[in-house]
Amino acid sequence: MTASGPEELPIVSDEDVVRVRQAVRGYAQQVRLSLVDQTKLVTATSELARNTLVYGGGGSARIEVVTDNGREGIRASFQDEGPGIPDLTLALADGWSSGKGMGLGLSGARRLVDEFDLDTEVGRGTTVTVVKWKR
Amino acid sequence: MAGEAGHVHRLTELLRENADVLIGRWVESAAASTRGRSTSAELERDFRELFTAVLPVASGDGRDLSGNGYAEIRSLLEELSRTRARQNFSPAETASSVFALKEPVFQLVDEQNDQDLFRQVLGFSSLLDALGLWTFESYSRARESIIKEQSEQLLELTTPVVKLWEGVLAVPLVGTLDSARTQVVMEKLLEALVETGSEHAIIDITGVLAVDTQVAQHLLKTVVAARLMGAECTISGIRPQIAQTIVALGIEFGDIATKATLADALRHALRREGVDVVRRGDGVKR
Amino acid sequence: MERVPILKIGGVLLVSIQIDLHDQSVLALQEDLAERISATGAHGVVIDISAVEIVDSFIGRMFATIASISRLFDADTVVVGMRPAVAITLVELGLTLGGVRTALDLERGMRILRVLGQESGRIPAGDPTGLEWS
Repeated sequence: MTASGPEELPIVSDEDVVRVRQAVRGYAQQVRLSLVDQTKLVTATSELARNTLVYGGGGSARIEVVTDNGREGIRASFQDEGPGIPDLTLALADGWSSGKGMGLGLSGARRLVDEFDLDTEVGRGTTVTVVKWKR
Repeated sequence: MAGEAGHVHRLTELLRENADVLIGRWVESAAASTRGRSTSAELERDFRELFTAVLPVASGDGRDLSGNGYAEIRSLLEELSRTRARQNFSPAETASSVFALKEPVFQLVDEQNDQDLFRQVLGFSSLLDALGLWTFESYSRARESIIKEQSEQLLELTTPVVKLWEGVLAVPLVGTLDSARTQVVMEKLLEALVETGSEHAIIDITGVLAVDTQVAQHLLKTVVAARLMGAECTISGIRPQIAQTIVALGIEFGDIATKATLADALRHALRREGVDVVRRGDGVKR
Repeated sequence: MERVPILKIGGVLLVSIQIDLHDQSVLALQEDLAERISATGAHGVVIDISAVEIVDSFIGRMFATIASISRLFDADTVVVGMRPAVAITLVELGLTLGGVRTALDLERGMRILRVLGQESGRIPAGDPTGLEWS
């Protein structure tokens, strides 16, 4: 798997969440994801960026184009140094939330992407990485 | 492409000097296997191009085929493979066009009776093997993309969104539904609702042979998505076997409108649109 | 922070979202709407999202919240113009709009509000369009 054009964006405010969304859309258009896939990816990253801000106390996003066997896709990682997630199974279950909202954030985002990877440690922080491949 | 730095590569020289003869014999031996699908003139043109591109790399053994030095010959072979794939050549036939250069070259080297040349021609043989394999691979890639193109065209053909009435669209689905196809249909139908300003959609599955959990889920999601957009979606033509599968799989259709036939679904949609269909009193056809 | 404008057409408040919403503007819109419904006594709210490219869970919940607020003031809410890609994504996300009414476009949305208003008697007889009423 090779990657190109990584871009790092801070997530410390509401406006940053919007900026991350717009950047992800730009990348998704660049590799010509279908409109539906673009929308799914942007929506998933919007959820994750908000999690980074609200639950992680801020952090950063990293967006890049990835290729694998001639197939192109977008990878987005969200990293924070917040409290971490104590119970993953619970956090990934539908309808559960550790803060505001209805808990669709993580489980919903996972359904919208092709690859979903969550790395968390209590007291150290959380990194969520998602990939959406071109169909 | 190490070769013997500083020295003239004997084999390359020999190939260059005898280019016309070699290309002639190469075309001759390859023409036998292409059985008239390519004319000798076409082969001659293609092979001359290949031959010219092979000369600068003839001292290599093709082990680093992905390197920059081989870029030109690689792209020529890719082009050849693509063309051949479209002309329905088999991958073996395509690769053997490359291998066919071996015989005339071996013959020529044999006539020279030169130890150095023998050594070099072994390397050259590996190069041709590598190039042949590359052809094989490019052929499969070309073939794959052709198949993908065709299945996409087929998808377009088999999933027409038709207008049944002002404000009523339908997609008659036929054959085997897989997840990818169902998803395409779903997107197309929803797009059509917006484009035509239609508030009713009918997904008719009379012609569908089987439904699995995933496909049923996609159908349900289409209905829910249509509802979010402010349209109503009816599923019609559920055959007894499929009804049994749906129940057995434990899929909940909930409050989604289902009708036995497309006609029932149309009548339902028309009624919702405020249209009543009545038979004239005398019942006489005109 | 950009605010979403709220227009009044007869007894209906029209919210046309033309910007990339961030969470603060979503909250501000909810507050503004509550005030406007209460101040105008509107019988309906139309939220036009035909220009909206994504609806995530936060924005999705806004529709349900606005509908609940409107209901407290005896007004109906219709969300109009949701794009297909957005609808598909919302379904995949697992988000329902909590029974909010939807319509394909603004015209149909206004028609729904008129019918609901007339049925419940909030639009007086003799005002078939519901537009003069305020």
